[in-house]
Amino acid sequence: MNKIKANRLKDSAFRYVGIFCTLFGIVILLIFIGNILFQGLSRIDWDFLTNLPSRRASKAGILTAWTGTAWILGLTALIGIPIGVSAGIYLQEYGKKNRLASIVELNIANLAGVPSIIYGLLGLEIFARVMQLGGSLLAGALTLSLLILPIIIVATREALKAVPRSLREASFGMGATKWQTIWYQVLPAAAGGILTGIILALSRAVGETAPLIVIGALAYVPFVASSPMDEFTVLPIQIFNWVSRPQEEFLVNGAAAIIILLLITFVMNGIAVYLRNRWQKKVSW
Amino acid sequence: MRFYNPTHRQLKNKGEKVIEYALALSGLITVLTTIGIIWVLVSESWGFFAEIPISQFLFDTQWTPLFSDKHYGILPLLSGTFLTTLIALATAVPFGIIIAVYLSEYAHRDFRKAMKPALEVLAAVPTVVYGFFALTVVTPFLQTFIPDLSTFNALSAGLVMGIMIIPVISSLSEDALYAVPKSLREASYGMGATKFQTSFKVVVPAASSGILVSVILGIARAVGETMVVAIAAGQQPNLTMDPREAVETITAYIVQVSLGDVQHDSMEYRTIFAAGITLFVFTFILNNISFWIKKKYQEKYE
Repeated sequence: MNKIKANRLKDSAFRYVGIFCTLFGIVILLIFIGNILFQGLSRIDWDFLTNLPSRRASKAGILTAWTGTAWILGLTALIGIPIGVSAGIYLQEYGKKNRLASIVELNIANLAGVPSIIYGLLGLEIFARVMQLGGSLLAGALTLSLLILPIIIVATREALKAVPRSLREASFGMGATKWQTIWYQVLPAAAGGILTGIILALSRAVGETAPLIVIGALAYVPFVASSPMDEFTVLPIQIFNWVSRPQEEFLVNGAAAIIILLLITFVMNGIAVYLRNRWQKKVSW
Repeated sequence: MRFYNPTHRQLKNKGEKVIEYALALSGLITVLTTIGIIWVLVSESWGFFAEIPISQFLFDTQWTPLFSDKHYGILPLLSGTFLTTLIALATAVPFGIIIAVYLSEYAHRDFRKAMKPALEVLAAVPTVVYGFFALTVVTPFLQTFIPDLSTFNALSAGLVMGIMIIPVISSLSEDALYAVPKSLREASYGMGATKFQTSFKVVVPAASSGILVSVILGIARAVGETMVVAIAAGQQPNLTMDPREAVETITAYIVQVSLGDVQHDSMEYRTIFAAGITLFVFTFILNNISFWIKKKYQEKYE
């Protein structure tokens, strides 16, 4: 009898342990966000957004950092999306089920697991050095494009996989070619899923720090970039730079910049989740 | 004499082929990326190992390429990486698995539905932000009861990295638990087992391969993590297993060198590739173990 009681006790105790653990991470996150807001919110004003970096913490702003982030976001989207979606279409719609295909598949899974800093080393040698792009926006965007390629490819394939065969067969039956079928029928049907993956991938690129530091992005850039060949900094690097300084005022600046960065990340993730839910509801094959 | 007069259909077929090749080219880029990574790492560390015997790299206990008395022993960086990863896992594995079991076996459907995206948020936060958190919140908090904790330390960085990795482990483990067929659970209940007994003696063992995969991917994530350790763990190579001390990981070293003005073709430049290839080998092995397990046990219950 005692043993049964003990087992029941364990059972109900686990309920509480489970709730505690599930909420633990989320509570930590809330504490952290609260702390960041408390430290940094009062620092954010128009000047903070429009000032150039400065040695004096109270004068320093994030203009070059957020414009750099916007540049990187735009260029990475321009390079990464067409390549990623095309590769996804090829692997899902054209790829044959042979040895080569399984090698490519394993290769993409492996790329997804390569630490981001290794992509930085790749970008440093190939883009910055061999192609002589230096620590430019273009070199940074090319590096991040390769980094997010696996995410976009996997999302594209998943979305295409969810489109039913009957849709394709109806299109073929009307005399459409393979590409016509993909372009006019399959892609529009899969657009929601692909878009969700793209936004998540780009939000990952916005938060990346290490690979950009490795290719030679600078912490101190006293001008706003005007072409893809300009040197640059981004929000995460600016945050890293401020956090690495011993003075308290720079930590406050760091907290304020983190609020802006988190805002961008959360908005992008929010859009992705919204699209995913809407798309899932709409599709009822 | 007949002119070659392509029909509409032939033109269309030609266009189809062009498109197919263009798409294939994009697929090829992923293969080129892998080749590029391996080529870059091997060719640059080739120059490194031409000067430094591999025995010194593996067994020397000091890593001081930036000092005048140069030593090139990777051990202090490996121990730093190992220590922070170990602390991260000690945090993330119990939390991740308990969360997975709770959400999959115990929680109400609505609670589960609400918590999954909330946990995903943990994974979406940029890592530099976690670094800030470790340095400015967790370290001062830990210092209140561990007085000799240094400002930069492995403990705080590892703990925060653990929180960051919880969603990796919980989400993948939960999928694995969820895939266990209902009949197994019902058989266990039929024998009079409680939910707790069923969960940990039947469902978790049945899903063990999936859980293992999640833990391995968590390890790979921790080993390759850069910003948290670069900010909070310090930048001094330190051959120690004391979590209160400052340590430097492989990734943090690469960042440290990159922040300075390093000449191409210098020894410092090559050291980051030698460090990089070490890191790459570890994550490559971990990833492929996880693929292997996944493939081997994937269809056990189908």
